[in-house]
Order: sequence, then structure tokens, then C-alpha cells
Amino acid sequence: MSALLLRDLRKTYGNRLEALKGVDLEIPEGEFFALLGPNGAGKSTLISIVSSLVNKTSGRVEVCGYDLDRDREAAKRCIGLVPQEVNFNQFEKVANIVINQAGYYGIPRREAIVRAERCLRQVDLWDKRNVVSRQLSGGMKRRLMIARALVHDPRLLILDEPTAGVDIEIRHSMWEFLRSVNRRGTTVILTTHYLEEAENLCRHIAIIDHGRIVVNRRMQELLAEVQTQRYTLELKYPISQVPVIEGYAVEREDAYTLIAEVPPEGGVHGLFTRLAAQGIEVQGIRNGSSRLEQYFMRLIAESGDRDGAGAAA
Amino acid sequence: MRKRGWSGTGQWIALQTILFKEIGRFFRIWPQTILPAAVTNALYLLIFGALMGQRIGPIHGIAYLDYIVPGIALMSVITNAYSNVVSSFYSTKFQRHIEELITAPVSEWAVLAGYVGGGVVRGLVVGAVVVATAGFFTQLQVAHAGVLLAMGTLTAALFALAGFINAVYANSFDDISIVPNFVLTPLVYLGGVFYSIELLPSWWRTVSMGNPILYMVNAFRYGFVGVSDVRLDVAFALIGGLIVLLLTWAYVLLRRGTGIKS
Repeated sequence: MSALLLRDLRKTYGNRLEALKGVDLEIPEGEFFALLGPNGAGKSTLISIVSSLVNKTSGRVEVCGYDLDRDREAAKRCIGLVPQEVNFNQFEKVANIVINQAGYYGIPRREAIVRAERCLRQVDLWDKRNVVSRQLSGGMKRRLMIARALVHDPRLLILDEPTAGVDIEIRHSMWEFLRSVNRRGTTVILTTHYLEEAENLCRHIAIIDHGRIVVNRRMQELLAEVQTQRYTLELKYPISQVPVIEGYAVEREDAYTLIAEVPPEGGVHGLFTRLAAQGIEVQGIRNGSSRLEQYFMRLIAESGDRDGAGAAA
Repeated sequence: MRKRGWSGTGQWIALQTILFKEIGRFFRIWPQTILPAAVTNALYLLIFGALMGQRIGPIHGIAYLDYIVPGIALMSVITNAYSNVVSSFYSTKFQRHIEELITAPVSEWAVLAGYVGGGVVRGLVVGAVVVATAGFFTQLQVAHAGVLLAMGTLTAALFALAGFINAVYANSFDDISIVPNFVLTPLVYLGGVFYSIELLPSWWRTVSMGNPILYMVNAFRYGFVGVSDVRLDVAFALIGGLIVLLLTWAYVLLRRGTGIKS
């Protein structure tokens, strides 16, 4: 069964902005799905329609087999939403926010209290249960929204940039937690600007641009298409000229730094050997950008070119 | 596929959650929500009732202080029921936690009943506090408890609904103070709280009969002292009709997502 099914979904706002231009998308249950796109592409509109925050103009939305128009209550019960911006009562205590949320989903108070404890413990906020929520740090507020979204055991968890503004340590612990949620059978849809995050977590990816899905495929297939790896090389001694190495695209960032694109057939070893032959000694190496990032940037650039050509025509 | 039985029980639990949250909110901030009404109305009773009232003399054979207590109590019911819902629901919109309710499977009726119920409870609690305060100044009798309770509750419900509609349309905190200050307060003060319309010139009396609050104040006063300037059946029919009207309006607004959805 599909966790989410969209058919010809369209949204035109009152100012005639056409945010979605006929989106078709099917996400199977159990998937960990990335929905990416540049700012203003339509991601948030799509998520807002699915979670009933925005009225669609036309099209069909089905959540876990329930039509959002005909079976609204049942469809809503299947969804847990972690929005991009804080949207809980900042004057309410942490525990009450989660307990009340359970109540909105028809969970009796006694059971809601038990569930709230479980969810707050899962996100390490149990010791903050009696704190007024506005006193929480940014990372804690994000985790509180995750606990709130999970309290009614949704089958589909939608996270709209859940790690924006969160430090690396918390981000990694959130990744691990989201993986465990997905392993328990919950379908996860993630939008993020951190492409490394999508690459690490998601098994399937859709890219939305200008209100249309332009890519929808398995992450592995997509990454396999990006053949080259980009590395940043830190040099032991300064160089004045860019070394010319056959089979590799090399750029000089500064006297001590080179950016190299390494094809699979040459590999990093081949690059080091050729650099050493020219008397260049590499002291350190780090990933320049993820393969998904390269793919994404290329796609968006092509899309921009097409629009530019269209506009010129 | 539908999980049977959820809708009724689930909506009832959701309604209870909203209602208890609303009641908890105004009790938690009682120095802002309950205490001011007790202090202000004690001053009204002291100045207009105990001090000036002795010079004004009885109305319809009833001591002036006893005559104005019901009106002052209902004035508190009206303003508190209204302000509770308008401020709470607008804050819910402003802080965006209205999204918690929109994304959840809560019906429009449960949302409406929860918020309006919170306003009704606050209106009645504050009204009871005012009546209790009046006990320090006079020995109040209750002539018709049923009429008193029914009119108090219906009035609170009507103005809680009005506050809800105001909050739905409001786009700023200014918008939630315009109606209470420039519409509600004049209507309440000119609604026979401090006087009988029989004391008014005939043209003003005719104009006053167009003020719905006049009917509510008089019916509520009838519950205490057994006298009224208006017919009770007209008062109940009027308030019933207005409640149905505002209830339908508020429901349609929620259903469409006016002011809360794009």
C-alpha cells in the first residue's frame, strides 16, 4: 500500500502564484523518502496540503489508502508532522504540549500521559517535562516537535527541515533516532537543505522544481549516475600554478588548497601518485561536496538554463 | 477501512482536551482574568450602589443596589466570555499552534465547542465572583434560578461565539480590541445595566429596544428580582436566534479555513 499517493495535485494561491503544477507522486509504506528542491520550488506547499494546512486547488491526495477529501479524519490520523518553524504554545509546559496533542487525536488522558513520557524519553526531553517550552533551546524545540508528532503513532511521519539550525551532534543523534523510527515501520518523508542528510538517511528521492517533480528515483541509482567524487586537498607546501593532471579536473583554491574531481577509473591513489610525481605533497584530504549535492546543483542549473532559454524565446 | 467508533469518542476526547486547556489557561492567569472583574465590580457596587444608590431610590420597588447587581454581573459575563475566546483563539493563530488542531482529526464542532465552552466557563465563573462580591453589600435573593442560569449561560455562549468570530477575522492585536471597546461596551452600558428603560424618553426607549443586550440584562435581572422591562419569551427567542446565527457563521468560517488556511 502507498503511504502517500498524489495525483495531478495543483495549487494556485490567491496572488495567482502557481505553486504546484500537477504533481504525481507515490511513496510506498516503510520508505525513507527525501523531497528536495530549491527555495520556492513547492515543497512546503506540497507538505502543507498533505497535512491539511493549505487547501489544494485540485487533484487527489491519499494517505495510507484514505482519501483526504472523503476520509479526512482517517487520513489525518495517519500523519505526524514536524513543521519547519516552531508552532507550539510557547507558554505551555513541555509535557502538556505532547499530552494535549494526544488528546486532539482522541487518545484518553491516562494513556496520553504514558505515551507522552515514552516520546519525551525517546528524544531526551523527559527531564524538561515541566519546563515552559519557550525556555528550551532551538534543538530541544525541534526534538519536542518530533515527540509531539509521534505521540499518536503515525504511519507517515513528515519532517520539514527538522535539523535546520541544529548543531552537528544533535543532528547526528536525530538521524539515528529517525532511522530507528523508520525501522519500526513508519514511513518517513524528509525535506532538507542539507543534502548530506538526505544522502545519509533516505532510500528514495524526489526533486521538485517550479511546482513539478523533476526527479523521482532510488537514491543508489541516482548516486551511481554521479561518477566523479569531489575532494579538497590540503598541501604541505604552497604552489603557484595549477598542476595539469590527465584524467582529473583540478582547481587551485589558494596556495595550499586544491579541489580535484576524481573519476572512478583513476581513483584517489592515481591522483596522489601523479601529484607526487610533480613534487606536490598532500597533507590532508576531505570530501568537497556530496554526490547528491553535485547532482542537485547540476539539475537546478539545467532547470535554470531551460527557464532562461524559455524566457528568452 | 475506517476505524469504527473513533469519530464520536475521539471527538469527545478532543473537545475535552481543548476545553480543559482553555479552562486551565484562564485559571492559571487568574490575577489577569478573574481578579480584575471582582475589584472593578466591587467599586461599581460601592459607588453606584451603596453610596449613590441611597440617593437614587428604588426602581420597580426594588432597592437600587439590588436592581443593578444582576446587570453588573451579566456585564462581567459578557465581557469575560468575549475576551477569553477572542484573546485565546487569536493567540493560537498568532503563535501558529492552531496548526496543531488543523492537522489533527478534530472536527470543526469540537474546536468550536472547546473554545466557546472555555469562554462560557470563564464568563460564569467571573459572574459568580461578582455576585459573591455583591454579597458584601446587599442580601441578594434569587427569584427564578432556572431563568438566571439559562440566561447567564446562553449570554456567555453568544458572546463567546462573537469573540471567536472576531478572532477568526483578526489580523492584529488591534483587531481584537476594536469590537469590545467600540461596540460591546457602549451596547452593554446602554443595555439597561444601571437603569430601567421606563426612565428614558420615549424615542430613546424605542432605540434601546433595538439593543439585544437590553433583553439579556432584563431576563437575567428577572432571575434575581422577578421584574423585567421586556417579555421573557422574546428575550429567549432573540438570544436563541442569535446563537444559531453566530454558531452557523463560526462553523462555516472554520470549515472554509478563513483566516487560518491559505
